[in-house]
Amino acid sequence: MSQSAQARYQYWVKTMRPKKPVAMNLVAAFLVGGAISEVGQIIQWVFLRQGLSPEKASTPTAIVLIGLSALFTGLGWYDRLTKLGGMGASLPITGFANAMVAPAMEFRAEGLVLGVGARLFTVAGPVLAWGMAAAFVVGLVRLVFGVAI
Amino acid sequence: MTFLWAFVIGGAMCVAAQCLLDWTNLTPAHVLVVFVVAGAIAGGTPWYHALVQWAGAGATVPLPGFGYTLVKGIGKAVAQEGVWGLFTGGLSAAAGGIKAAVLFGLAAALVFRPKA
Repeated sequence: MSQSAQARYQYWVKTMRPKKPVAMNLVAAFLVGGAISEVGQIIQWVFLRQGLSPEKASTPTAIVLIGLSALFTGLGWYDRLTKLGGMGASLPITGFANAMVAPAMEFRAEGLVLGVGARLFTVAGPVLAWGMAAAFVVGLVRLVFGVAI
Repeated sequence: MTFLWAFVIGGAMCVAAQCLLDWTNLTPAHVLVVFVVAGAIAGGTPWYHALVQWAGAGATVPLPGFGYTLVKGIGKAVAQEGVWGLFTGGLSAAAGGIKAAVLFGLAAALVFRPKA
């Protein structure tokens, strides 16, 4: 393909591609993401009221949020939330849980080992791998340069 | 006040992620990786800790909070065990969430059928 033909093709692709409703997407992401964070804050507040320290309360809060997300995913509700809120539903830890649970459910037919077991980590795998790598490097830098916690 | 800032900061992080998704060719999985790495880097600074104090779940529920948890766990383990803490600290701190996601994921896959 000559260069001008390629440029014309790129232009054509650009004009044909459906326009994303960017402003609406951002508002929806803010509201859904904010609401999920707020639910997390309320759950954490309940644990704090039961006498847990803020440090100790974060793990049970995450577990409750993840449990709710797995339930909502199973019932097919989290999908709707993702369609509505985009990254607002995907970025919170509930979205991370959804990204583990949904493929595991979907690929159940491929078996319990290579279907459910492996697909749990389609999205979680990369996030865990790169998160661990980044945290290792940051921890190493802080150790070498003696930065306080 | 934390209740207000949790909503605002949590929502703002999702807006930033949505911008990245809409204005680049990154897939959602790429955006998630970018945010967990960003959270780990920010977690190595005092600022993210301050944000957590201020916005509570708004800073810990979105994925950068996961990166922050990993780095904070490493810091704590390194203080106690030295260099080996680099290997154990991150996952120790995140263990509850990861294990919950695996267990609940398995349970949901066994109990529920996906909607077509």
